[in-house]
Amino acid sequence: MSPRLKVLVYGVLLVCCVPFVFPIWWMATTSLKPVTEIFAFPPSLLPGSPTLDAYRQVFDLQPFGRQYLNSLYIALLVTILTLAVSALAGYAFARIRFRGAGVVFVIVLTGLLVPNEVTIIPLYRMFDALGLVDTHWPLILVPALGAPSVLATFIMRQFFVTLPAELEEAGRVDGLGRFGLFWRVCLPLARPAIGAVSIFTFLHSWNLYLEPIVFLSSKDKFTIPQALTQYVDAYGGPMWNTQLAAATLSALPVLVVFVLAQRQFVEGLAQTGLKG
Amino acid sequence: MTLLLEKPASTVAPPEKAPYWTMRRRDQLAGWLMVAPQLAGIVAFVIVPLGMVGWYSLHEWNVLAGTFDFVGADNYAALADDRELGSVLKATGLFSVGLVVLNLSLALFLAVLLNQKLRGTVVFRTLFFSPVVVTLVAWTIVWGFLLQDNGGVNAFLDVAGIDGPNWLRSGGSAMASVIVVQLFKNVGLNMVLFLAALQGVPAELYEAARIDGASAWARFRRVTVPLISPTILLTMILTIVGSLQVFAQIAVLTQGGPGTSTTVLVYYLYQQAFQFHHLGYGATLSVLLFGIVLVPTVIQWRMRRKWVFHES
Repeated sequence: MSPRLKVLVYGVLLVCCVPFVFPIWWMATTSLKPVTEIFAFPPSLLPGSPTLDAYRQVFDLQPFGRQYLNSLYIALLVTILTLAVSALAGYAFARIRFRGAGVVFVIVLTGLLVPNEVTIIPLYRMFDALGLVDTHWPLILVPALGAPSVLATFIMRQFFVTLPAELEEAGRVDGLGRFGLFWRVCLPLARPAIGAVSIFTFLHSWNLYLEPIVFLSSKDKFTIPQALTQYVDAYGGPMWNTQLAAATLSALPVLVVFVLAQRQFVEGLAQTGLKG
Repeated sequence: MTLLLEKPASTVAPPEKAPYWTMRRRDQLAGWLMVAPQLAGIVAFVIVPLGMVGWYSLHEWNVLAGTFDFVGADNYAALADDRELGSVLKATGLFSVGLVVLNLSLALFLAVLLNQKLRGTVVFRTLFFSPVVVTLVAWTIVWGFLLQDNGGVNAFLDVAGIDGPNWLRSGGSAMASVIVVQLFKNVGLNMVLFLAALQGVPAELYEAARIDGASAWARFRRVTVPLISPTILLTMILTIVGSLQVFAQIAVLTQGGPGTSTTVLVYYLYQQAFQFHHLGYGATLSVLLFGIVLVPTVIQWRMRRKWVFHES
């Protein structure tokens, strides 16, 4: 590649970065600006007199710490449950020839055909009848066992199918039963699939918005996405610097984890994305 | 199915009493136990609710008024008479088509740039991908802030001497804004899929095309595109299905407005069911949404069978 072309490509890449990186920068810097400065003209890329007022308000106006923990524990629990459900089911579909497997597989796959939004009304009625509205149960059970976990099962199955049969035969010789083969032989090899499933399951739960606003009504039960939109003034207008401070708090930890582990993130998703 | 029919042709002397728990029986049990949680979840949270949606859609049902009356196909007839539905479907289609075209073009463009053997492409890949891991509502809020009439975008345009519109409050630009916000949020995902596909194209093919005197554009058109076409189709369908489910961005940025210009089907369904408490009609809209999402999903599924179930 000629040097001039190289410069051109780098130039184009840099320009393309703006709409990806600038909003994150603007979010973090605006959250440190005093209210009088956030709409200042000309706009400034750095806060003139940085302040943590907005961050104080984040915790004063709502039980944000609690809401943060809600989102975190729900997402972690959903991830662990999804891994358990999908690894077991994926393994069975891939490696055990049990009677009715074909029919069960087709039933499970219907989960891929039905978006959450389609079933939100009956799910609301069901959890209402069980007295579980305004609890975290629907946000945990539905993603971990219902439609969203099917993609995970599918990815797991695609992975377990690729393992050679000799592997399990060796395990059999050593006297392992089915669960032993699953737990001791196959699961330890499934790290790439487990990684990819964990990442997208966590992000999916972390980002959920429709389900929390349908199911939850008390502030100390809210999840982060729902809480972010609640920082409004007496007229219902958004308190921008407070919203952006809370937004920054919600985004930064995940961003840091991502940057540290970006290779596993990107390549894991790319592989399973192509396969699954 | 045939498994149970074939008896093991054993020539060994018959044992006194064969144990009941043969390996095959154990496997039957293990298989069922292992799929049981997933199967129960799908039946409880997908199959049964789907049937309930169909049943609800045949009813006039208003929670506030306490009515739940069987009305047959009335709700479906109401779909045809619903004046707003036309504009809702138009908004849904506009959003999907706009997003899919822009998303795939930009994703492919970025992937081709990153696929050049240049230093530092990992840094750019990380930057382009980073919005994917930012909380969706956080990303939407900061764009909402940027797109205010006196917000960042217009301020920077003003510095450059351009008078920007009130992005989220005027018809055409509101839709464009919602599309752009979603575009930059998730285009990194498709970019990564394209990048993986591009790296699978054998270098000899480019070499051969170069010897034949093909220009860079011709190599892209005639070598790259055909070879990565499975990925293009896959990402296209994933993006279409995803675009039909957009909700948070609309709810946070425009609440479906101005007018109904950004009221997409999922948002309309939410309004009807959970704001106006027309649950019967909401269920009918759910059936409609299901039908619309089904088309690309079935295509995707069939393609997966073709490309992915290679073991059979």
